[in-house]
Amino acid sequence: MRLVIRNLQVSYDKIRALHGIDLTISQGEIVCIIGANGAGKSTTLMAVSRMVPVEKGSVMEFCGHDLLGYPPEKVVSELGISHVPEGRRLFGNLTVRENLTLAAFARNDKAGIARDMDQVFTIFPRLQERISQLSGTLSGGEQQMLAVGRAYISGRKLMLLDEPSMGLAPLLMISMFEALKEINKSGTTILLVEQNARLALKFARRGYVMENGNIVMEGEAMELLDNPDVKKAYLGG
Amino acid sequence: MQLFLQNMVNAMQWGSFYALIALGYSMVYSILMLFNFAHGDIFMVGSYIGFGVATALLGLTVAFNFPLPGWVILVFTIILSMFLTSFVGMFIERVGYRPLRDAPRASAAITGLMIGIILETGNLALLGAERLSFPPLIDTVIFTVGGVHLTNKKILIVGVSLAMMYALHVFIQKSKWGMAMRAMSYDFQAVPLMGISINKIAPLTFAIGSGLAAGAGILYSLAYPVLDPYMGVLLGWKAFVAAILGGRGSILGAALAGFVLGFIEIFSVWIFPSTFRDVIAYSIILLILTIRPHGFFGQAHSTQLRL
Ligand SMILES: Nc1ncnc2c1ncn2[C@@H]1O[C@H](COP(=O)(O)OP(=O)(O)O)[C@@H](O)[C@H]1O
Ligand SMILES: [Mg+2]
Repeated sequence: MRLVIRNLQVSYDKIRALHGIDLTISQGEIVCIIGANGAGKSTTLMAVSRMVPVEKGSVMEFCGHDLLGYPPEKVVSELGISHVPEGRRLFGNLTVRENLTLAAFARNDKAGIARDMDQVFTIFPRLQERISQLSGTLSGGEQQMLAVGRAYISGRKLMLLDEPSMGLAPLLMISMFEALKEINKSGTTILLVEQNARLALKFARRGYVMENGNIVMEGEAMELLDNPDVKKAYLGG
Repeated sequence: MQLFLQNMVNAMQWGSFYALIALGYSMVYSILMLFNFAHGDIFMVGSYIGFGVATALLGLTVAFNFPLPGWVILVFTIILSMFLTSFVGMFIERVGYRPLRDAPRASAAITGLMIGIILETGNLALLGAERLSFPPLIDTVIFTVGGVHLTNKKILIVGVSLAMMYALHVFIQKSKWGMAMRAMSYDFQAVPLMGISINKIAPLTFAIGSGLAAGAGILYSLAYPVLDPYMGVLLGWKAFVAAILGGRGSILGAALAGFVLGFIEIFSVWIFPSTFRDVIAYSIILLILTIRPHGFFGQAHSTQLRL
């Protein structure tokens, strides 16, 4: 399984946010995109999940399927690509259980759903304790757990994560990334976007660096961590 | 006291009509941020469909010489008409509103008004200006309890309405479709990320709202068996007032406000001359809205308020 992106261009009201980026991910990889605020990281993920329209000439393929032929809901339900968007976008008026149930809306495999629910509670036991609570009243860390849990149930061939560390205390960040590693080991490919570049590069195998809607560098995460330019721009010297 | 209870009974009946229709406005608003101004006319269409179904069923029982009791025909009329009218709602969503989903809300609102006019005048063109009278499926039976007059029809109207509202409540709270509707009312853009198509939830919502309007139409026709193409206009506007009074997008609020509207109207007539009914009643509602501009259960979260 591979995600192949070539010449991806996205505009908002005629202002170009992505200037034709190329990106490839293989089965089972963890890949991160780092970059400053406004670089185009979230836009890249939204293009893959078909939440924003792309310009002519853009190519996006997943396991040989042309992503451009799929509406957003089918990207999830048919291709198994889930997206934890910026700000998490939980349904705050629904309980934890309802949020997770909704994530299985398009699935018909009862046994599989039950198994995945159990798996989510094994990874995030805290969610089980909060199961009947409205998701809008969860703490930031718990909300992030629920957002990832939801993604795990809705589609998990490829998980797109937009700043999973956002708003979390350092200890929680680390346990969140450990949970993600766990999910990755079970076969889920992960593409994540982070402003916390050090954390992301320690966690991922490969990384891309974005600036002003372009990919300006790519390589093994280890190499990027040692790269003097990256150090200067994103790792605080 | 007797007079008070008598008025209560009548208020409950009118409240049932308003509440059932108001629910349709509220449900559509809560998921699409759109007031479906054709909804009063869907009530009208539902009544006519009810008329057609009832007449056809009566005709069939005569043709096959198989007389059925009136209440059996009534039950089938209600179920079949709700079912058929739900398709009218889905059709309106598909051709009228879906193409305008990203358009300014004002365009979508006038679309509703235009659809309403088309339904009214289309009906006029098709069936003529003559008023139809709804077949009397059941005889009126009057009970007197402690000096208060009840009729079997009033009990039926209020009972069936409450049952429909309860069924809707259970559906919205317990089924996964209801869950998706609630999710959509909170953040409709995030719904596709769960693998759920908005193009399934929106028609479903129109279908349910229209079905309830048809139910209201038949119950209304039991009490006031005269059908005309403009019967949904005033009633529709009043139900819309109830939907606003309940709090935009609040299902519970719409039902409650429907009954409140019924009470205010009936009790205005108790005190003032009946010609002043709506003047008094709607002045009171204006006053309530001045004090509570968001209605009874106006939502504070409204992250995506567009109208
Ligand atoms: N909805 C939008 N409308 C207009 N411009 C937008 C919108 N979303 C993002 N942009 C612009 O697109 C560019 C990339 O944004 P984004 O992908 O959110 O960056 P990042 O996630 O890296 O912070 C920025 O210049 C931003 O201002
Ligand atoms: Mg971003």
